[in-house]
Amino acid sequence: MNIIAKIFNGNGGVHPPEHKLESTNTPIQLVPVPERLVLPLRQHIGNMPKVLVQAGDNVLKGQLLAEANGTVSAAVHAPTSGTIVAIDEQVIPHPSGLPDMCITLKPDGEERWITHDAVDYRTMDRAELLRRLRQSGIVGLGGATFPTHLKLSPKSSHPVVTLVLNGAECEPFITCDDLLMRERADEIVLGAQIVQSLLGTVECFIGIEDNKPEAAAAMREACTRAGFVAEVGIVPTLYPSGDARQLIRLLTGKEVPAHGRSTDIGIQCFNVATAQSIYRFFAHGETAVSRIVTITGNVARPGNYEALLGTSVDDLLKAAGGDLPDTDGYIMGGPMMGFALPSSAVPMTKAMNCVIASTPGLFPPPAMEMPCIRCAACADVCPVSLQPQDLYWFSKSNNLEKALDYNLMDCIECGCCTYVCPSHIPLVQYYRYAKSESIAQERAQTAADQARIRNDNRLARIEREKQERAQRNALRTAKTETGGDAEKQAAIQAAMERAKEQKEAVVPKNTDNLSPAVQAEIAEIDALRGDAQSTTQTTET
Amino acid sequence: MKYSPFFTSNSSVSIVMLKVLFALVPGIIAYVWAFGSGILVNLIIGSVVALLAEGSVLQIRKRPVMPFLLDGSALVTAWLLALALPPLAPWWLIVVGMIFAIVIAKHLYGGLGQNPFNPAMIGYAVLLISFPAVMTLWPAPLEITTAKLSFMDQWQYIFSRTLPGNVGMDAMSSATPLDYLKTQLTMNHSMQQIWQAPFFGHWAGKGGEVVAGAYLLGGLYLVQQKIISWHIPTAFLGTLALMAGVFHFVNPAHFASPMLHLFAGASMLCAFFIATDPVSGPTTPNGKLIFAAGIAVLTWLIRTYGGYPDGVAFAVILMNICVPLIDAKTQPRVFGHKV
Repeated sequence: MNIIAKIFNGNGGVHPPEHKLESTNTPIQLVPVPERLVLPLRQHIGNMPKVLVQAGDNVLKGQLLAEANGTVSAAVHAPTSGTIVAIDEQVIPHPSGLPDMCITLKPDGEERWITHDAVDYRTMDRAELLRRLRQSGIVGLGGATFPTHLKLSPKSSHPVVTLVLNGAECEPFITCDDLLMRERADEIVLGAQIVQSLLGTVECFIGIEDNKPEAAAAMREACTRAGFVAEVGIVPTLYPSGDARQLIRLLTGKEVPAHGRSTDIGIQCFNVATAQSIYRFFAHGETAVSRIVTITGNVARPGNYEALLGTSVDDLLKAAGGDLPDTDGYIMGGPMMGFALPSSAVPMTKAMNCVIASTPGLFPPPAMEMPCIRCAACADVCPVSLQPQDLYWFSKSNNLEKALDYNLMDCIECGCCTYVCPSHIPLVQYYRYAKSESIAQERAQTAADQARIRNDNRLARIEREKQERAQRNALRTAKTETGGDAEKQAAIQAAMERAKEQKEAVVPKNTDNLSPAVQAEIAEIDALRGDAQSTTQTTET
Repeated sequence: MKYSPFFTSNSSVSIVMLKVLFALVPGIIAYVWAFGSGILVNLIIGSVVALLAEGSVLQIRKRPVMPFLLDGSALVTAWLLALALPPLAPWWLIVVGMIFAIVIAKHLYGGLGQNPFNPAMIGYAVLLISFPAVMTLWPAPLEITTAKLSFMDQWQYIFSRTLPGNVGMDAMSSATPLDYLKTQLTMNHSMQQIWQAPFFGHWAGKGGEVVAGAYLLGGLYLVQQKIISWHIPTAFLGTLALMAGVFHFVNPAHFASPMLHLFAGASMLCAFFIATDPVSGPTTPNGKLIFAAGIAVLTWLIRTYGGYPDGVAFAVILMNICVPLIDAKTQPRVFGHKV
């Protein structure tokens, strides 16, 4: 049941050497359970989850180790059974190379699962369903790692009617989604069906680049088998068509508003691997414990490997036959947007879709940076139609206001501009700098504004207290002055009465006719308030 | 290997400039075929002076000399200026023009990528204003002259102003079509009478129209190679043809035909090689259209009403001034933004 989708034209884009064939010759292989698993608590966008275990605890595969904390957060589970040996800071796969909190698990090799059952999304209460999803640990596996439960319960004024499955995989070298679609298309499609029913969407597009005909065929067949109506859209192989906004435009012709989300135009987008995880969760109760990662570049057996989360990159490389001589580093993600790993000892996280062993031959050092000749080759390839040559000029001269004027913040850092620049200018680096600089300035500005407001309020309060004190003193003197001016006394009396009336007038009306329990509660709070007030007064005097 | 993207396409400023030079070759061959080898002397002197000037200024500015000499931008300036100057002019003319273009118009503004004006056109304008007499010494097309100079004769004439005994200055030189047109029109001669002059060909000057055709060919190669976009050539040639066409239609006796405007003077060179200079031109697609249309209108106005036979150089410089404004006002709609 497939409809041939119309593909809309996008702007810009580049077509770097694909390097995909190296890793698509072999099926997905399982990486054996390693000696040690290191699970960073932050493997997603959002808050650090709350740890529920202690060093020394024995845990089962799939057991909740840290629960989602706050709205934007995701849980962490034990990828296998074993013993927690440490909860401490370790180097994580992050461009900064800084350590972060991790749970270290020593597997017992038995792979004993915790009890896990299918979740019947058709009958289960929606609140309970979302609670379960929230603790499933499933995040977007396309690289953004946004917690999936939030995307399945979007708060949008617009009804979400269209589901887009992202199987474009436009970055060179990466093939994990390709292989997943070839081998597990049925699970992806069943996952899409679940998403469709949870979101209430009425149509589904599946976007796949035209360099993956096997995957597209597998997905079409799976749709037919499942009786799932979806348009498999074959998009041209043109980086960055796999960017969600780009893919949505290619498939639907609609543009996601610059400062909005796709749900604002009734579209929700999931990576194919995320859809598959959603299926595993609902059909088998399996939480996020493993993922498929492409190990490629200068290794003996490039390919796709299914490994437990927390497996070290070293162990992954070992599974791929080890790296060959000349290797000078490891890139996580693709060569266009990925980053150099601080060390090969770092663990595999939910975000890790690819590790490339690099050599000077694969990624030669950049040529000498020449001045910009304003050729606008960068503007021609910019997928969001920015003017990179102007942004470069403004960023370089630290003219951040102007850069923001020219929509610096709309830059998706895809790297197309740097890729084509004949002057070899690391343009994206300039934009990253300008962006972080302007965010820092904005924060400083907000902090300064808050401090100013606080100070103004404080001065006003001091002034008010001074006046009140003066008034009280005046009153006292008036009282103590025996035989004082009768007129004055009367005036004071009148003023006091007016104040009393006013005070009575502002008594909130919603406290009438309250139940005794609530009244007790209010009394308690008032007492606390009184305490607090007296404390602040003592500290201020 | 530090930050993404970890690899880049193998484009470079040198490749861009080399392709521009390569695209000029058909025009140069046609030039030699139509007017003799004199232009080669201009090109050689221009190239040597440009490289020397570029190298010395880089040295003085304490910049890396070799990478910038090899970027080819100085050679492009040199060739464009050489092709714009009369091949019979004395040697010092191109030397002065070249030094002005490289040292003042390019490096005093900061060198490669920083110049607000097209350096070759600044060099040309300075020479045209300062030395108008020698700037009009154009050779007659070989097709209609008996005086044929060898390369060495040409070399000798340029350096010592001496001609072989059997060749007279009058036989060798000729007015250009645009120049002739201008003087004849002021004498109230009609286009039909003017067209009787021996050096007019099918559309414009004999020889000159062939050279223009060869520039067009090289220019199309640049468009095909995506070194330049279609916007500037199309808008320039289209607007020039439209302006000329409308006036020619209204009064064919007094206004030159669009074909003459397109194939005479520096029109083709401007459309594909001069107005398309990225550094001094706008970068937005709509900006390029406005910029090129502006050059065309000014060129037509200067040719028709101005004091100089051709107006390309002044038109380009005047429009260069407007580039920051044009760019600012023609920003394309960014993805996800409302119109």
